Amino acid sequence: MLNKLPEQPASTTEALSPAAFLQAKAAWRWPEILFWISAFGLILLLPNRHLLLNEIAILGLFALSLDLILGYAGIVSLGHAAFFGVGAYAAGLLSKHGISEPVTGLVLSGAIAGLTGFLASFMILRGSDLTRLMVTLGVALILHELANRLDWITGGADGLLGVTIGPIFGRFDFDFAGTTAYVYSLTTTFLLFLLARHVVQSPFGLSLKALKDNRLRASTIGIAPNRRLIAIYTLAAVYAGMAGALLTQTTQFVSLEVLDFARSADALLVLVIGGSGYLYGGLIGAVAFKLMKDVLSAMTPAYWIFWMGFILVILVLIGRDRLMAMLAKPFVPLLRLLGVRRP
Amino acid sequence: MTFALETTGLSKSFGGFEANADVSLSVAKGARHALIGPNGAGKTTFINLLTGVLPPTSGSIRMMGEDVTRVSQQGRVRRGMARTYQINQLFADLSPIETISLAIAEREGSGARWWNRVGKDSAVIDESEALLRRMKLGAMMTRRTATLPYGKQRLLEIALAMACKPKLLLLDEPAAGVPEDERHDVLDSVEALPDDVTVLLIEHDMELVFSFADKISVLVQGALYAEGSVEEISTDPHVKAVYLGEDTHV
Repeated sequence: MLNKLPEQPASTTEALSPAAFLQAKAAWRWPEILFWISAFGLILLLPNRHLLLNEIAILGLFALSLDLILGYAGIVSLGHAAFFGVGAYAAGLLSKHGISEPVTGLVLSGAIAGLTGFLASFMILRGSDLTRLMVTLGVALILHELANRLDWITGGADGLLGVTIGPIFGRFDFDFAGTTAYVYSLTTTFLLFLLARHVVQSPFGLSLKALKDNRLRASTIGIAPNRRLIAIYTLAAVYAGMAGALLTQTTQFVSLEVLDFARSADALLVLVIGGSGYLYGGLIGAVAFKLMKDVLSAMTPAYWIFWMGFILVILVLIGRDRLMAMLAKPFVPLLRLLGVRRP
Repeated sequence: MTFALETTGLSKSFGGFEANADVSLSVAKGARHALIGPNGAGKTTFINLLTGVLPPTSGSIRMMGEDVTRVSQQGRVRRGMARTYQINQLFADLSPIETISLAIAEREGSGARWWNRVGKDSAVIDESEALLRRMKLGAMMTRRTATLPYGKQRLLEIALAMACKPKLLLLDEPAAGVPEDERHDVLDSVEALPDDVTVLLIEHDMELVFSFADKISVLVQGALYAEGSVEEISTDPHVKAVYLGEDTHV
């Protein structure tokens, strides 16, 4: 269990007192600040790519949500789109039935997805990784089929039509260039990121890491695993639901695609690319994933999935660690400052 | 007299195999009690029954006079039962300071807090730091646990149990696999456990048992075979025959 892993020289941390060490571990690092300044800077710097940037922000938030359960609690999922989809449909239906103010819709959709996640969480408490993969996949498939069949509510295969989203706080209208959309999605992602960052550094977050690391011992020191897992699964579902709601609100349309298996898989791929367990993996992975997709589909519109698959196979076979070490050697100190243990 | 730990007719069968048969063991408060027995005698099953990992087939377990047979693992921890593992069960990715403060926060009921940062609670951190220093881990409090030398990990294993402030501590072969030059640290820390903590030591290492325990119980083929003082057990011809004679650890 305690295999030897490479470690930064101990001398750098040894001098610190425990309290200072813990504080330093939680402190904001400058690359983090740079990351967010750049993300917000793109509002002005890339005015004609806001639609793509909006998609990236939403995918980033969705992957961040998966990272909360995968990277921090060790819960594997192949059906995370279930909560994305619930949030997306909730936002669409809310707007159709009179609640067209986006922020209100966003919060309510998150709450509805969270409730779904809370109920689903009882099924992932026990069992192996394989069981969890199957249960999460099954839940997403069931919801997909429900959305398909209940077409008088969801619009079925035609998608939900007539979604009209009002201006944010009654003041900021969505525009065709996607500028409002990007600002809205990025701000939401940023605020939720702040909360996630806070939570993973709390005693609660630490106990999740302990559960992931060694559930047997965590139980022996009195941590009741179930309640912690339910809590984080519910929170992740809220995040995923809000990501889904953002997609509905910024595109004014919902289709069955929001519940697709491919969407669950995308989130997992994003985390494979970006790395899990340090919160930025989902965000950086989303940028890389969307850019790769954008570039590849521009080069070979028909075969971009082939190249995407090819890159992923290489990534996993060579190992993200080794590949990144080769490609990103100059960036290693930067990643380390961002809090990556093994970039 | 209430005992720190009292089992009555405790049995556990796996299918047709009786791993523990009718074990009635009493451990006095504050005792240094050792449980020995050859490999396969059912020591590990017994500790799993005590801690609530396994439910017994029959019999009961009382702790400080209270029946805990049906109490969950976490419930027993809250009542003051802690254990160490024969094979290290630590949090490889956490540092010792995080490991210990996790257990202390859990004990104090603040382990599920999400609104403040780990380390904000200075009472928890100070206590963790003091405990780690006492356990000779002061120099490596902030290292990743996986990178600590094996003997230090054994010490952390004991420190983690102590962080739960146990009334009853179950030590499962604390010195197992520790290299010779680190052994005395582990033995010293076992010797130095506070007197008010009742200790049940499950051990193979006779040197440690004879120097530490004031009472010894011998488990053979799942059942209690003999019980007595160090003097009595070390000279008992039957024990010698079934256990000490077979085993080369003496």
